[in-house]
Amino acid sequence: MAAILSRYPADRKRAAMLPALRLVQEMKGYLTPETLALVAERLGVAPAAAGEVATFYTMLRVTPVGRYVIDLCTNVSCSLCGGERLLRHLERRLGVPVGGTTPDGKFTLREVECLASCGTAPVLQLNEEYHERLTPETVDALLDSLP
Amino acid sequence: MAAPAQLPPTRPATLLPTGGPAPGVERVVSRRWGRPQSWTLASYVADGGYRALKKALAMTPAAIIDEVKRSNLRGRGGAGFPTGMKWSFIPKDVPGSTGAPSKPRYLCVNGDESEPGTFKDRYILDNDPHALIEGMAIASYAIGAHTAYVYLRGEFKRQAERMEAAIAEAREHGFLGPNVAGSGFALEAHVHRGAGAYICGEETALLESLEGKRGWPRLKPPFPAVVGLFGCPTVVNNVETLANVPAILDRGAAWFAGLGTEKSGGTRLMCVSGHVRRPGVYEVPMKMTLRQLVVDVCGGPEEGRTIKAVIPGGSSSPVLAPHELDVACEFEALKNAGTMAGSGGVIVMDDTACLVRTLWRISKFYAEESCGQCTPCRDGTPWQEALLYRMENGTAEPGDLDKLISVANAICPFPPMGLGNTICPLGDAAALPVHSFVQKFRPEFEAHLREKRCPFPTPWGRSAGAYGPAAPVARGWS
Repeated sequence: MAAILSRYPADRKRAAMLPALRLVQEMKGYLTPETLALVAERLGVAPAAAGEVATFYTMLRVTPVGRYVIDLCTNVSCSLCGGERLLRHLERRLGVPVGGTTPDGKFTLREVECLASCGTAPVLQLNEEYHERLTPETVDALLDSLP
Repeated sequence: MAAPAQLPPTRPATLLPTGGPAPGVERVVSRRWGRPQSWTLASYVADGGYRALKKALAMTPAAIIDEVKRSNLRGRGGAGFPTGMKWSFIPKDVPGSTGAPSKPRYLCVNGDESEPGTFKDRYILDNDPHALIEGMAIASYAIGAHTAYVYLRGEFKRQAERMEAAIAEAREHGFLGPNVAGSGFALEAHVHRGAGAYICGEETALLESLEGKRGWPRLKPPFPAVVGLFGCPTVVNNVETLANVPAILDRGAAWFAGLGTEKSGGTRLMCVSGHVRRPGVYEVPMKMTLRQLVVDVCGGPEEGRTIKAVIPGGSSSPVLAPHELDVACEFEALKNAGTMAGSGGVIVMDDTACLVRTLWRISKFYAEESCGQCTPCRDGTPWQEALLYRMENGTAEPGDLDKLISVANAICPFPPMGLGNTICPLGDAAALPVHSFVQKFRPEFEAHLREKRCPFPTPWGRSAGAYGPAAPVARGWS
């Protein structure tokens, strides 16, 4: 936290909001009202200032997720190359709709907007790692390989 | 529930360009891509790296700005604003309110790269982070900034790590830090990761986000050059823009200007995706036409298919029909063609693509990404999406096409371009594709309405059949 704060002017601690929330999320999995209040206090702002940021950005989560978060892109380039088909495939395979988490808490399936990897479409991010040029078969192989 | 598992990397650490340079083209930005360890300082210095910075530090800031102005370098983030002019807007001296010392100045690098169809900056960050750092150092010296922030989109985890490592390496070797290259000029650089918001690519939203707030664009003026980050004079430049700067200082403004056209210097990175045989990032001369790029360089669509439509500069830019493709990949030419160069994201659709569904997906994106600040955009974008959803899924009413245009007009009238009813250009970006798709491909929209279904027997058109109807954004309308 001190390392994060050192990047910003001393009287502008609020600038550390995004990195601080991400740090907490990495540790806890998602952001609770308590952790938001704690971060806000540390940065000298009202809890609502952390709350509004936490709900604005798609990568920040205020609800629990599975151990593996699948962020599949279905924006134009990906869908032209089969992204929507992959989404339906994943929904069937995991048995949960978009946004859902499997009952065993292993997977959360999310539909996301352009991941800036259109040349290797369709793509998904599995816990923030890119996987590109996917087909239903390679997605199956990827999910099968996970412990 | 436990935190998501940290996965070991499953891919090699370097992403090679999927396309590479167009044949026979002088490479500037992509010159070093794909070389072994190209992201290390040793490799960069061996290729003449940081020579331009030393040269720049011996010049006056005004002389550097003049050189960049003469190079005709224009911003590669979307608007194409002349870079040297942007730098010159930084006030020469900003006295404090009580005669206190000048306010600090900041350089912010825009690496938010989130315009659909755009994926060039990622390759620069992956393959040549030191070119960006050298460009940042030169720009910072020219505008008098001693702190630079590299704002990267949140999803760029690997790229952020690589950039952080490169900054540490540059600092260790004295190309950043309290005494840059022995000149006495001080510069610190930090990576700041976003967290998933398209709007933060808009420069004032980026500044808000960097200040730890929601990415709500600011009303301009004042422009960031006067009141930017933390209320101080700030320049926001795109990654590709700054990665061009070392070459300009090294080889001269005249050389760089000569690579381009009369009003745009240098080459451009074009990102080609969609229905082409060889998608990827290509460095091309500005004079190359879109048809040459899509057909000759990228191989065109699959055998037996024909091009139906091309988006030339990211999903915000008005679409072009096949007969309009003989236009140069350059700011002025594309503007004259009624569209824009944008961020270089070329999306190609062949005759199997349903354009109603394509436009629906584009509209869904803007409905999702509208920041919620201005009413026309916040309320209009979900309406556009809902109307297109109805057309695609056979539940539209006869007047829906006119209604769609009326909603788009409420966000941004057409023409003129770029003078919409919202604070930032996201509203324009949401409305202009709607205007252009309907204007150029009206019969396809009418067929959907007439037949009360999507007539395309292709993966994208088979919406209600093979893999179920697409889900609309469930908010703001019922």
